Amino acid sequence: MTLSRDLSGKIALAGVYEHPTRWAPDKTESQIMAECARGALDDCGLSLDDVDGLFSAGMAMGPMGVVSLAEYLDLKPNYIDGTNIGGSSFVAHVNHAAAAIHAGLCEVGLILYGSTAASNALAIGTGMGGAARDAAGSFVSPYGMTTVGSYALVAQRHMHEYGTTSEQLAEIAVTMRRHASLNPHAKMRKPITIDDVLESRVISDPLHLLDCCIISDGGGALVVTSAERARDLAKPAVLIQGCGEAVCHREIGSPDLLTIAARQSADNAFAMSGMSRDDIDLCTVYDSFTITALVTLENLGFCKPGEGGAFVEGGRIGLGGALPVNPDGGGLSSNHPGMRGIFLVIEAVRQLRAECAGRQVEGAQVACVHGTGGTLGVAHSGATLILSKA
Amino acid sequence: MAAEISYSKPVADWETRAFWEGCGRHELVLQRCRDCQTVQFRPRAICAKCLSSEIEHFVASGRGSVYTFTITHQNNVPAFRDACPYVLAYVELEEGPQLMTHVVGCDPQDVKIGMPVRVEFVDLERDPARDAARGIDAGTAIPRFRPA
Repeated sequence: MTLSRDLSGKIALAGVYEHPTRWAPDKTESQIMAECARGALDDCGLSLDDVDGLFSAGMAMGPMGVVSLAEYLDLKPNYIDGTNIGGSSFVAHVNHAAAAIHAGLCEVGLILYGSTAASNALAIGTGMGGAARDAAGSFVSPYGMTTVGSYALVAQRHMHEYGTTSEQLAEIAVTMRRHASLNPHAKMRKPITIDDVLESRVISDPLHLLDCCIISDGGGALVVTSAERARDLAKPAVLIQGCGEAVCHREIGSPDLLTIAARQSADNAFAMSGMSRDDIDLCTVYDSFTITALVTLENLGFCKPGEGGAFVEGGRIGLGGALPVNPDGGGLSSNHPGMRGIFLVIEAVRQLRAECAGRQVEGAQVACVHGTGGTLGVAHSGATLILSKA
Repeated sequence: MAAEISYSKPVADWETRAFWEGCGRHELVLQRCRDCQTVQFRPRAICAKCLSSEIEHFVASGRGSVYTFTITHQNNVPAFRDACPYVLAYVELEEGPQLMTHVVGCDPQDVKIGMPVRVEFVDLERDPARDAARGIDAGTAIPRFRPA
């Protein structure tokens, strides 16, 4: 089936806001979300009264969390979406908001994320396994698969199949830190070298400490509306040209660990947009680990499988390079409260509006956004957006 | 020197009890669909390829090779804190499926992708009441692999 291209160019991201905090022991997650809502609505000149679609997810949010959030915000939306597919959820929420607005089921969608993972001392990456909670988990939890461990399985295989090196993975970490040093709100800003990465302790071979994302507190908000409505609002609109989402898992047969959800979601998003990879001026991609960014760039189609190592060398993915990636410093150095998909969208929108003085991709017209949800190496999700300046 | 891992009991349900009871007999039990011949893991009550309910179980050879692995040096949960470093791996069985597991019986640094391995089983303590509550009538064991 060829997916519809109908909504391409018709829906816009009108307001965005990334909470400046990276450490907020004095805030609740709901509070962070409300502060972000205020920020994104102020950004586009709308108010909570204008919002009739609500989208949210969070690690501490229960299955009906979006209902409780509606109460906290005193909202009565016509469209509700609490899809939680991991860190990509908010990118998928943009897809869903676009579809809902295009179908006339709501006019203004508000997407929210807030987390105090750092001040709650959540060992997101390195504390898993043991007693199984359910039958399905029983095939994994006896073996103590940590988040870092599962990504390390992918990295190890990539090195085996393609000769990718730790130095090439380290390039990504070094680039993200360089970008973060230009971002006043980033958590880790002191530049690092390849040697620093390689000398940092091995958490799960072959991934070192500096191959792994930080843990922060934080939050963000997005306001999605029709392109028409966005034209009258405070900031230049950013149009959704294409969107797609996908699930990738340990399918029957001999699953290829190095094909990830991004391949399918990106093919769908690019097809919808009618654009090619060459049209993209910058990428914001989930970088829970260096390997995440590398295999994502391959699966998004910016280079062939196996070429990711060479692709990230020589400054190509740095500001000033041919395809800047995560100019904000990403999850590796700027912000990662457990689920970072919303920040991918925020940074892409701000870059396309030329609002990122000091780390601006000059002349950015088109961005590719890709969020990974869950953990590579096991069942995971992906969601891709192609965004353009209006 | 890493401490021996103390494996936790799995939770079995109708779909997976044949696998875990097989482990208790030190047999690696896989499923094959009688209608489309697909061999599947993890176990299900239906064939994920064709949705047939005609699932038969068979005992696998227990042989496979390392598809990928990692040496985990840090895991903060009590069950694994002292077991580090341990080798987490996907082993691809001769019969096709890949399963997540541990590789033991050699220096972690000697584990290689492609290395032939064979299954072994770590018996878990029997606790009839707890086993029954978790859907397992017989004792069970946790499968892992060592160099063949």
